[in-house]
Amino acid sequence: MKAFTQLKAIVAPLDRANVDTDAIIPKQFLKSIRRAGFGPYLFDEWRYLDRGEPEMDCSTRPLNPDFVLNKPQYKDAQILLTRENFGCGSSREHAPWALEDYGFRAIIAPSFADIFYNNCFKNGLLPIVLDADVVDSLFNEMEPGYQLAIDLEAQTVTTPTGRTIHFDIDENRKFRLLNGLDDIALTLQQADKIRAYEAERAKRAPWLFQ
Amino acid sequence: MAGKTLYDKLWDDHVVSREDDGSALIYIDRQLVHEVTSPQAFEGLRLAGRKPWRTERNLAVADHNVPTTDRDKGIADPVSRLQVETLDKNCREFGITEFDMADLRQGIVHVVGPEQGATLPGMTVVCGDSHTSTHGASAALAFGIGTSEVEHALATQCLMQKKSKNMLIRVDGNVAPGVTAKDIVLAIIGKIGTAGGTGYAIEFAGEAIRQLSMEGRMTVCNMAIEAGARTGLIAVDEATIDYYQHRPFAPKGELWDKAVDAWQQLHSDADAQFDKVVVLDAAGIKPQVTWGTSPEMVVAVDQSVPDPADETDSVNQQSMQRALEYMALTPGQNITDIHLDKVFIGSCTNSRIEDLRQAAEVASGKKVAANIKQALVVPGSGLVKKQAEEEGLDKIFIEAGFEWRDPGCSMCLAMNADRLEAGERCASTSNRNFEGRQGYGGRTHLVSPAMAAAAAVNGHFVDIRKQQGAQL
Repeated sequence: MKAFTQLKAIVAPLDRANVDTDAIIPKQFLKSIRRAGFGPYLFDEWRYLDRGEPEMDCSTRPLNPDFVLNKPQYKDAQILLTRENFGCGSSREHAPWALEDYGFRAIIAPSFADIFYNNCFKNGLLPIVLDADVVDSLFNEMEPGYQLAIDLEAQTVTTPTGRTIHFDIDENRKFRLLNGLDDIALTLQQADKIRAYEAERAKRAPWLFQ
Repeated sequence: MAGKTLYDKLWDDHVVSREDDGSALIYIDRQLVHEVTSPQAFEGLRLAGRKPWRTERNLAVADHNVPTTDRDKGIADPVSRLQVETLDKNCREFGITEFDMADLRQGIVHVVGPEQGATLPGMTVVCGDSHTSTHGASAALAFGIGTSEVEHALATQCLMQKKSKNMLIRVDGNVAPGVTAKDIVLAIIGKIGTAGGTGYAIEFAGEAIRQLSMEGRMTVCNMAIEAGARTGLIAVDEATIDYYQHRPFAPKGELWDKAVDAWQQLHSDADAQFDKVVVLDAAGIKPQVTWGTSPEMVVAVDQSVPDPADETDSVNQQSMQRALEYMALTPGQNITDIHLDKVFIGSCTNSRIEDLRQAAEVASGKKVAANIKQALVVPGSGLVKKQAEEEGLDKIFIEAGFEWRDPGCSMCLAMNADRLEAGERCASTSNRNFEGRQGYGGRTHLVSPAMAAAAAVNGHFVDIRKQQGAQL
């Protein structure tokens, strides 16, 4: 997994609440058995005017000129600014895969859906929760070329005027993301504890260990 | 010290080790696997040279992509076919039990799990699917995960998790005839919102929940995720125990007795503390219909489409306006004046035998209205289908003009050939009315099976309580 330490990048504002994972990556693209290549289909139904199908060449598809990511000033955006309950609905990890593949490394919102939030950390994508008022202020102060600087170690977001905003994150998740660690390898370091748990549980719940 | 909630008990029972920040490595008793969210997990195992920690704790079934007609001809869409074949191949390679498309036990993963007794009270259950919360109906700690965690659970039989907060949703009293589990859970989502349960494990309790069958309880827990909660829970009672006795994967003999003794403890203690308590009066719950593009955009069938002008919060107001535009509805329009193009009865929310019985009762002796282009009934599993046919429900549906299909997720998310075309409006017993969910440009109204059947035979929404012969 890619590590995340610091990032200073263009911000794209997606001014909608309850953006669901069906909107982030529609179901027809979930038929892929690969982990990469979802970026061109990110927000497919909002981003293009035609109906997307897997393995389509997106370079010739008609773009929706009103959709934020199609505006030239957000072409290089790596930070997505959005509203409440981002990533609700389906557990599909294809949603963070698509965001990451497109080029996003961080998402700022007043709240995220639990499964989506968790999935982000497995993919080097940093979801940042800020108060709704603060998110609102960021939306309001956006201007051409607007960038934010994110420092995961310090747990801060810094605006162009130098305003520094603190964010909370679990120590465990932060450590893993900072170092780009392989979760499975870390858990397997505790293999003895897992076996000890199984031995003890088999006594309490023998029907699970037939 | 205060007593424990059901969630606390299940959590504590599965902690392998604790981290300093309050997260914990928890043991996973059962993983259910389907074709959409697993290929990359198996590929990850292969690349790292890893094997499943305990193969027998995994059970696989293809459901999202499978056709619901002409199964003997295979899957027409080559991309869907490759995904299902990849699951077959991975299960063979890693030694995981799979109910393939030809197996009578094949069906929607969240119907198959309880039906087989593969998910049991007191277990931790995961699946790469957000509706895994369904299994909490039998006091299992069940939650949806992403593909990285599918791989993690395969490789280690554990997941690193942060404990959720506890929420109690109590539905006091009894619901009126014609009001079902689906209406209860839609009313709950309407009350607390789609993010109301975020960060919580929700325990559903109260008289109205107690009186539900296991199938009804599964419907309620299934949609906990639509209220933002990864986990929905209902305490064990006699109905739970009765349901699991004689299920193929359930313990037998002496082990059954031991299991039942342990399961009797699976309830919140009388003095348990919840972080949040929400109370609903069952008598006040009417048949529900969603009007918008989020499950929280829901009203009772005797109400009208709400007006964004009455909303004070600007973000909500914008969401409502966008939803009305997408759904092609106008504020003030009566719900019963909404005419439909298609009807879908199925999905992991409402495709169990009781759901089909309720729909059949409404459809019996009637005909699907002329304006309904298609009315689908898709049983949740091969075994549900078989039982329904033994009860003659298939004949009732077919005579009324419904199509009687083979089991799968079908038009709930339209990954197979069953879908809405742009602009089509559907009464659906599924769980999500998101934009495009049932097909590009499709418009979804979530309802109970009885309400969907009534909409099919009338061509528009009707109040099931006013339908003659509705004894639900």
